[in-house]
Amino acid sequence: MGWQDVCSKNDLQPNSGVCALVEDQQVAIFYMPDNNAIYAINNYDPFGKVHVLSRGLIGDLNGEPMVSSPLYKQHFSLKTGQCFEDDSVTIPAYAVRIVGDRVEVNLAGEQ
Amino acid sequence: MSNKQTLVVIGNGMVGHNFLVSLMASDIKENYNVVTFCEEPIPAYDRVHLSEYFAGKSADDLSLVELGFFEDNDITIHMGDKANTIDRAAKTVVSDKGVTIHYDKLVLATGSTAFVPPIPGNDRDQCIPYRTIADLDEMKVAATKSKVGVVVGGGLLGLEAAKALQDLKLETHVVQFGPRLMEAQLDDGGADLLKQKIEDLGVNVLTNKNTIKIVDGDKLKHKMVFADGGELETDVILYSAGIRPRYEIAADCGLEIGGRGGVAINDQCLSSDEDIYAIGECASWNEQIFGLVAPGYAMARTVVAHLAGDETAFTGSDMSTKLKLNGVDVASIGDAHAKTPNSLVYTYQNGVDGIYKRLVVSADNKQLLGAVLVGDASGYPTLSQYYASNIELPENPDSLILPSRSDESVGLGPDALPASAQICSCYDVSKGDICTAIEAGCTTMGALKDETKAATGCGGCAALLKSVLDCELEKAGIEVNTDICEHFAYTRQDLYNLIMVEEIKTFADLIKTHGTGQGCEICKQAVGSILASYWNEYILQNEHLGVQDTNDTFLANMQKDGTYSVVPRMTGGEVTPEGLIAIGQIAKKYGLYTKVTGGQRVDLFGARVDQLPLIWQELIDAGFESGHAYGKSLRTVKSCVGSTWCRFGVDDSVGLAVELENRYKGLRAPHKIKFAVSGCTRECAEAQSKDIGIIAVEGGWNLYVCGNGGMKPRHGDLFATNLDKETLIKYIDRVLTFYVQTADRMQRTSVWMENMEGGLDYLKSVVIDDKLDICDRLEKQMEHVVETYQCEWKTTIEDESKLKRFRHFVNSDKHDENILFVEERGQIRPANIEEREHLLAEKV
Repeated sequence: MGWQDVCSKNDLQPNSGVCALVEDQQVAIFYMPDNNAIYAINNYDPFGKVHVLSRGLIGDLNGEPMVSSPLYKQHFSLKTGQCFEDDSVTIPAYAVRIVGDRVEVNLAGEQ
Repeated sequence: MSNKQTLVVIGNGMVGHNFLVSLMASDIKENYNVVTFCEEPIPAYDRVHLSEYFAGKSADDLSLVELGFFEDNDITIHMGDKANTIDRAAKTVVSDKGVTIHYDKLVLATGSTAFVPPIPGNDRDQCIPYRTIADLDEMKVAATKSKVGVVVGGGLLGLEAAKALQDLKLETHVVQFGPRLMEAQLDDGGADLLKQKIEDLGVNVLTNKNTIKIVDGDKLKHKMVFADGGELETDVILYSAGIRPRYEIAADCGLEIGGRGGVAINDQCLSSDEDIYAIGECASWNEQIFGLVAPGYAMARTVVAHLAGDETAFTGSDMSTKLKLNGVDVASIGDAHAKTPNSLVYTYQNGVDGIYKRLVVSADNKQLLGAVLVGDASGYPTLSQYYASNIELPENPDSLILPSRSDESVGLGPDALPASAQICSCYDVSKGDICTAIEAGCTTMGALKDETKAATGCGGCAALLKSVLDCELEKAGIEVNTDICEHFAYTRQDLYNLIMVEEIKTFADLIKTHGTGQGCEICKQAVGSILASYWNEYILQNEHLGVQDTNDTFLANMQKDGTYSVVPRMTGGEVTPEGLIAIGQIAKKYGLYTKVTGGQRVDLFGARVDQLPLIWQELIDAGFESGHAYGKSLRTVKSCVGSTWCRFGVDDSVGLAVELENRYKGLRAPHKIKFAVSGCTRECAEAQSKDIGIIAVEGGWNLYVCGNGGMKPRHGDLFATNLDKETLIKYIDRVLTFYVQTADRMQRTSVWMENMEGGLDYLKSVVIDDKLDICDRLEKQMEHVVETYQCEWKTTIEDESKLKRFRHFVNSDKHDENILFVEERGQIRPANIEEREHLLAEKV
């Protein structure tokens, strides 16, 4: 519980995502070094029903950081997990931070 | 019991078939059981373009019948059976083969025969009418033992026939009875220039030649003897001196016949029997027989309307026509001969560029009555609109044919056309129809063509259609936003040019200098693809990795369950037994599902992301390399086994396929690209359904471009014939680079072609004639791609830092436990949701 150490900063994939196992949860972590921004959401794609979101392309739409599902291309906010195409679909978003050389995730803390 | 009536159509030529198509598209089709007789052994085909049969097109290509048309519409067709007699009292038709059918309504579309002049000796061996595919086959055989061919008749079809003789590599002569070529359509000035141009192409044209007999030749097979004492020796004679309507069956049953032959019809195309119609070249309307297809199609529409209770009249048809004869543009509109009393004539003649234009206008200088254009027919769309829509001419009508030497445009803006103006004459699409479709949301050329069929026949109206579209969109205030996405106010082509001109090498640099925000999956994928096409760097380099599409990021194809499929390259579909065994062993070791693809290789499914490098290490050790099945890039070059083994093979299709696949492998493009090579015209490799298709013929290789299978099949266009390998590769280099440079994102070559202004002719002018003076650069660009090829999997495996990404969890060696398989037909498949829940419950 609380902040959990996940991996080193070097394990992150700049401008892309990786998946971490945190308390049996699959967490997709995205890193945009240019803005020094880091985001964490659940790795589960509710449309494709498989754990693949960490492999999606990231960017922004109307200024909101997002990931596009690698399967069917729906967009999810990296801040809130809200699906852009379907108001009724949200996936969990988690607090994530870089401390020194380490990356930490807090499953209880919303971003 | 059905209370449907029986409708019998005699003749399945162009017009007879067009009638069936129109009928099936109408609401009244449910009222009839339809039966048709087709005397020829094959159903309707395009007689207008017969000469293409010798330029590589097959009988199938010329066919006008969509696959399954007769079956799907429940039409009974009696193929190879000629309707012989009509019993009007009993209302029956009896065929040669003895079939008797009762009719309620009867449509005669018996067409015409080629007129064979009544000359002694006209039925000698190798004297052939030019009319049917059977005639063409006879010509083909005759040509193999001949050196010289003569066409009797210098009309439209006669000149087409001359092209056919040239394509058969015969010394070609055209013998015309009258004083000029295309007598019906051209005046003396136009005909003189046409003659000169046709002669420049190597055809000898003789006018004012009255052939009085054909006898044994001294050196060649025949000798034609002319009334003026001249003689001409030849091996083959083709008759194309006009047509004669076929109406014996109508005359025999007592229907009224026109003064010049043909079944007499009224404005509803009804004969003297109120249950019998006649349409097309067998019909005589107001003592006129129409030897073109457009009036025949108009008659077909009239009959469908009349059957539906609509009295729309056939009002005759203007004989305006525009065509390219052996590369020479010719057009004729209305009263080309200025026969209208008091008409006035304007003529423009340019001996330097070989252009002749003539306008015939009314006495008050306000209406266009006719026109002739030779050498430059670009004014045809505008002029034909002035003519057909009766639009008042500008103050100085000659401005319409004089070359414009300023920027001032003298063309008729599309806005000036009335809604009734016909834009597409092949499918009778009016400007009003087009505006309706645009209002309904068809705002691209592709969508507009799909919806209205305009510009999908001869394609001659494509430019006009485009200008109507642009004009309507502008009027509606619809700004067509061609920006690729919110991050770049550019089209894909703009981005390509920016990258090329400014030598930009990364997405980050491009968005910093020319875009806004962080990018999205649209622009990233597009730019990633352009960078890969142009610079051809390793796509998983750190600066490129984040812009790759789903499949490219792991160099494999993601499947619905999050696992990947793996496809090693098998160039040309060729694989050694050792290779096949290695693939089998690897698949077995990793428990993969194996399937043979449509592109002649093996796909291995069900690999977890962490297994990909292990599988590829073994594949590479066995001598395989990446198949790029994951990329928007060259996929496969399919081939038939070719002349090496096949009894019918003309050339080594496998050898060429392997060479081409090795040349273009790794080339990234706006979308995937597929090739095929067939070793003969039997076309076992289905090359005409590929982006690039190649067929071996006796004279070399025929190249087809922009075909597609898939959702919207498209036959490839015949691009060039009888090429040697060097030229073939040069053309493919240029076509592909031009496609990569100018297509929209995710646009296959077929759609690219459909949307290209100027279409096939334009592409030819760029690639063959180097109209834009860019061929050198296009070839160099391709050379760069070929030289910098690398197997992406080999590069990846050799780089420790790249392998780090190939694991499911960044902080654990566990696999994704949700990936579960069940067995089916002896192999794995992804578990469905219920099976997955069941299996997961078992695990716990």
